[in-house]
Amino acid sequence: MYRYDEFDHELVHERVAQFRDQVGRRLKGELTEDEFKPLRLMNGLYLQLHAYMLRVAIPYGTLSSRQLHKLAEIGRVYDKGYGHFTTRQNLQFNWPKLKDVPDLLADLATVEMHAIQTSGNCIRNVTSDQYAGVAQDEIEDPRIISEVIRQWSTFHPEFSYLPRKFKIAVCATPDDRAAIRVHDIGIQVVRNASGEVGYEIYVGGGLGRTPMIGKKLNDFVPKADILAYLESVMRVYNMHGRRDNMYKARIKILVHEIGAEEMRRQVDAEFAEVKKAGHLELPMAELERIQAYFAAPEYETLPEVSPEFEAAKKADKDFANWVRANTAPHRVPGYAIVNISLKPNGGTPGDCSSDQMDVVADAAEKYSLGEIRVTHEQNLTLANVKQSDLHALYQMLEANGLGTSNIGLITDQIACPGLDYCALANARSIPIAQQISERFQDLERQHHIGELKINTSGCINACGHHHVGHIGILGVDKKGVEYYQVTLGGAADQQTAVGDIVGPAFTEGEIVDAIETIVETYIDLRKDGERFIDTYRRVGVDPFKETLYATH
Amino acid sequence: MQLIKKGEFVSDSFATVEDDAELPEGSIIVSLERWQAERDSLSERNTPLGVRLKSGQEPSVIADDLDKFAVVALEFPAYRNGRAYSYARLLRERYGYKGEIRAVGNVLRDQFQYMIRVGFDALEVADNITPDIYKRAVGTFTHAYQPGADGSVSVFSLRHR
Repeated sequence: MYRYDEFDHELVHERVAQFRDQVGRRLKGELTEDEFKPLRLMNGLYLQLHAYMLRVAIPYGTLSSRQLHKLAEIGRVYDKGYGHFTTRQNLQFNWPKLKDVPDLLADLATVEMHAIQTSGNCIRNVTSDQYAGVAQDEIEDPRIISEVIRQWSTFHPEFSYLPRKFKIAVCATPDDRAAIRVHDIGIQVVRNASGEVGYEIYVGGGLGRTPMIGKKLNDFVPKADILAYLESVMRVYNMHGRRDNMYKARIKILVHEIGAEEMRRQVDAEFAEVKKAGHLELPMAELERIQAYFAAPEYETLPEVSPEFEAAKKADKDFANWVRANTAPHRVPGYAIVNISLKPNGGTPGDCSSDQMDVVADAAEKYSLGEIRVTHEQNLTLANVKQSDLHALYQMLEANGLGTSNIGLITDQIACPGLDYCALANARSIPIAQQISERFQDLERQHHIGELKINTSGCINACGHHHVGHIGILGVDKKGVEYYQVTLGGAADQQTAVGDIVGPAFTEGEIVDAIETIVETYIDLRKDGERFIDTYRRVGVDPFKETLYATH
Repeated sequence: MQLIKKGEFVSDSFATVEDDAELPEGSIIVSLERWQAERDSLSERNTPLGVRLKSGQEPSVIADDLDKFAVVALEFPAYRNGRAYSYARLLRERYGYKGEIRAVGNVLRDQFQYMIRVGFDALEVADNITPDIYKRAVGTFTHAYQPGADGSVSVFSLRHR
């Protein structure tokens, strides 16, 4: 993975010093909370319902064992012994004290970590595919360009006071695991007819109050021009994005209002000028320097099939279930990609105790080249595990509450923090996810249902990505009572779609039964091998409406 | 309000003139509207002239007139409105403007360094800003990942020197 050089270190240390000064001014009363707000937000520090929340950046979701151990320690020292992994591959601490935050940031800096631009109206932490470097059908490791973007977007003097926050995601396989079409800019790494690698660019996707799917603005931006192109999109947005209404300030609204054609025209005109000026061309020597950090590790030559692995699956049924749900094929024979579920039965999606972080960090050290990835579905991935080590790894995880075998299944849900933590929420999300997870806890049943993504948000800001859940649940407040509106057919992959509202909302008492009715309706309707989303795309919303509301 | 120009606290030799006020003698800064309405008479004056652009008035509208202006003042109606950062860069990098670019309006100390990097060389700041505060603010970061309109070189390039 990428390692800081003296410039990266210097910038992070200078940022810690700057923020220490800002916190000092706030604590001395030289800054009002109003004046302090934009400064703390630039550094991932939110004021929540009960306390400050600090969001730590995990660039494109990649962590070393050493970093994860440090996060575990920070959780113990400054928080209540846990952290929360988010849909943007970051980690949130829910209970730090303001006076401690500068020291916390200094601790993070010792392991090349920070909270820079994890909030505020700036370019946020870039996200990518958790299978980077190991997916079978990858064109090029997406972390290379992600790291370039991380650096270019850090403390960008022109783009730190944008109309609204700005999120960039990168994906380098035909299967989109990074949800690039629901980002402000989505970058698909592609190869053109002459074999060169470059970037296909989507602009104006997003969730929130007004879900939009990104429009393709460019089929192929050459590598050397990528920063010039990104800068052109950013400049058009910075100058023309709306600033009169925060709910209409995202780039998706600009693209929607002027149209994709006009947006493309403006960006192309700007791009031509920026290229002419020339100074934003990405030096190839720099690209190669960064690329070297992501060179493939020295893999062992292993047989395609490991006999001890096959034997263990036969002997241990729980292990076999875990392998089936939680592992994915690796591009190197004899290796596997392992997903660690942070969605135990009845748990809070994405929560991880400090003790568990230490276990995962140790497991990565022992079995996966000392590296961990965070997924946008709020799980963790060990990307380089030998098949022959899988059983031992499973037992280690299982012994520490990390062996849940539900990746991609109905209980592998995304949920925002909701009214239990968040100042913006209208309704609770976590308890709903917990009730669903309890209702469907039977693993045989989960496998029988198959791939199904349920996403829950506690308000229309859609942090729980409900629009793109196969089943989406949106908490709303009606005269002081929490209700839950259901959408069907959403997806965040290469066939991105915003779900359809199925009908009137359900009460907290009704919602889990409603989900069960939807699942049973699908099982009655599905044809051979169809996933929920396939059946839904074939039959539409009507059959679900009938079964849901006929019984009311 | 105080004026910091190229790092020095100086007295402002320009008078900013309201649209309905009579034009005084000496150096003046007028609005874009006044420039457009009275360009002939304003061009005939023999004293330095500046123009002030509001957020939303893009530099392209004065691109052909830039040799007439000793100052282009760019307004920050609120610190969080960052349009003028792009305007300053365009003035320097695209239109090759060499005169003074002045930040006016809601200009906070935590923003000074970014403003200078995008090409501002004059800042109109609150009275509580001291030379020491200014010096610390603009020295917050030694290097930047991006090339600056102030001539600073990006880390990307510095690494390969």
